[in-house]
Amino acid sequence: MSEQAPEEVLRIEGIAKRYGAVTALRHVSLRLQRGEVLGLIGDNGAGKSTLIKIITGFIQPDDGKIFLHGNEVKLRSVPYARSLGIETVYQDLALVNELSVYHNMFLKRERLFGYVPLLNNAAMRREAREHLAQLGINLPSVDTEVAKLSGGQRQAVAIARAVSSNAKILLLDEPLAAMGAREGAQILDLIRSLKRKGVSVIMIGHNYVQVLEVCDRINLLQRGEITYDKPVTQNSLEEINEIVMREYRTAAQ
Amino acid sequence: MAEEVLSKATDSQDSPEVPPAKSQALWSRILGIFLKQREATIFIIAVALVIYFQASNSTFLSKQNIGLISQYTAATAIIAFGEVMLLICGEIDLSVGFVYALAPFVMYFAVQDGFPLPLAVIIGLVVSLLVGLFNGFVVVYLHVPSLIATLGTGLLLNGITLTISNAFQVLTPGTGTRFAGIMGNDTFSEILWAIGIGVVMQIILSRTRWGLHTFAVGGNPLGASEVGVNIRLIKIRNFMITSLFGGFAGILEAFRITSTQPDAGGTVIMFNAVAGAVIGGTALQGGSGTIIGAFLGVVVLGLLNDGFTFLGVNALTFDIVIGAAILIAMVLNVRLQRLREAGKQ
Ligand SMILES: Nc1ncnc2c1ncn2[C@@H]1O[C@H](COP(=O)(O)OP(=O)(O)OP(=O)(O)O)[C@@H](O)[C@H]1O
Ligand SMILES: [Mg+2]
Repeated sequence: MSEQAPEEVLRIEGIAKRYGAVTALRHVSLRLQRGEVLGLIGDNGAGKSTLIKIITGFIQPDDGKIFLHGNEVKLRSVPYARSLGIETVYQDLALVNELSVYHNMFLKRERLFGYVPLLNNAAMRREAREHLAQLGINLPSVDTEVAKLSGGQRQAVAIARAVSSNAKILLLDEPLAAMGAREGAQILDLIRSLKRKGVSVIMIGHNYVQVLEVCDRINLLQRGEITYDKPVTQNSLEEINEIVMREYRTAAQ
Repeated sequence: MAEEVLSKATDSQDSPEVPPAKSQALWSRILGIFLKQREATIFIIAVALVIYFQASNSTFLSKQNIGLISQYTAATAIIAFGEVMLLICGEIDLSVGFVYALAPFVMYFAVQDGFPLPLAVIIGLVVSLLVGLFNGFVVVYLHVPSLIATLGTGLLLNGITLTISNAFQVLTPGTGTRFAGIMGNDTFSEILWAIGIGVVMQIILSRTRWGLHTFAVGGNPLGASEVGVNIRLIKIRNFMITSLFGGFAGILEAFRITSTQPDAGGTVIMFNAVAGAVIGGTALQGGSGTIIGAFLGVVVLGLLNDGFTFLGVNALTFDIVIGAAILIAMVLNVRLQRLREAGKQ
């Protein structure tokens, strides 16, 4: 199995995105293998979230191409990207405070009564409960308003939502930001188990130690371009630290 | 995979209550219902008002007066149902009272042009829907805040109504027919329409994707769109339904009073509808609200209006009292929302 030729699930070529005068992404190219966990790191404002939002179909790039399993695709909307197996945990979590946990988990993928266009709340409640239990996520109740959850719990709900459908590509924008060490470790475990099932993951993280622990490969995004692309090895941490230090020093001058 | 408990239970308000002394639990329960269920509070206020007015004048609950109250309430309530949808998703429609005036004139001229009355009603409603579509388009695609956009539309519609009617009232067609009776002329037909529409809208709001997405769009527009909710579609739909209800309420009223007035509705009925919604617990900042609450809110306004007239309170005094009451209700609405949010942190 390990001898199998790597199967490319996602390839991005020359993606560019400008916001008025700000160039968020200049020319980004990357690829992602089946069952690979790719760490995407970079300074604040480097364009990481922008890249994630392009792959998830939320924003359209000004330039560049996206290939899924070798076929060029136009990711024109979030539901379309999702129909192709792309799921996301956004940096802002995209949860609605006023709605319950289960309504949030099923937002835009609601369960109905067959052809009767009424919400099947009982089914959504049950599925949400089962799914959270499977992931070892413990909440007071799936009926709780999301506003009443702690930061870590909210993050857990957002992650549970993203992995609840059969995602082939999972995009995680700082999934551990609001989590404690132990909760974070559990999410890393979850990522590993998804990887074993063949799910490909792009993970953004500020904490390089956590990122390196779970990732196979690291891409560094600097000023809208990928400037570093290497498999994770023993000395990745030092290498990355050095590059980042160099960036700091040039910035300081 | 992760076997352990991922996170501790928070100090969530709806964690199972530990019952202290029984009576105390009951009291805090009741208090909780009042704080949470705005509908319960407003219902009790409505009942108290009925008792008070009935005690002051025993003909308050006569069939005739109940008919009057129901007629006053019905049209405003129907409009409020639309405003609830809009307010929840973070918008408002100030033009709806002018659609209310325009739609029966459209119907009138359609009949003049030889269309059968039921078809003329439909034409009036289609025009109302188009006004809603226009409002939605201006707000959603041209990014004009709805407060300004619909104010503009309202003025525009008012001008159109005055122009096509030459500022003269006309007789509503079909007066005396069975059709006109069903469409508002029978004493209780208007309130039955309002209740029927209210039931359907409450189901739409709390049991369909449209409703769920309306809450999501008002609660967290960016987040909702990030998961793929079509914000534009939801907002445009809610503008359209509000306008449709405005036109329908106007047509019902035209049948009821058998004449069609160019200056009917306007900002007064719109403001009463919004006030009813807000009194009934719809958050001015969006994200929460109910149809039932709005209905009860409008009923309370209707009771006050009728009761004050009954007590012989001067109309100008009445405006001062109602205006102040509505403003206080709105301030409370915003304060409560703030308090709730503070409690969540
Ligand atoms: N909607 C927007 N409108 C205008 N500018 C934007 C928008 N979104 C992002 N930008 C800009 O694009 C650049 C990249 O932003 P992005 O959010 O992708 O950075 P990031 O790498 O995710 O940063 P962080 O680590 O802080 O999350 C920033 O300069 C940002 O200000
Ligand atoms: Mg970011």
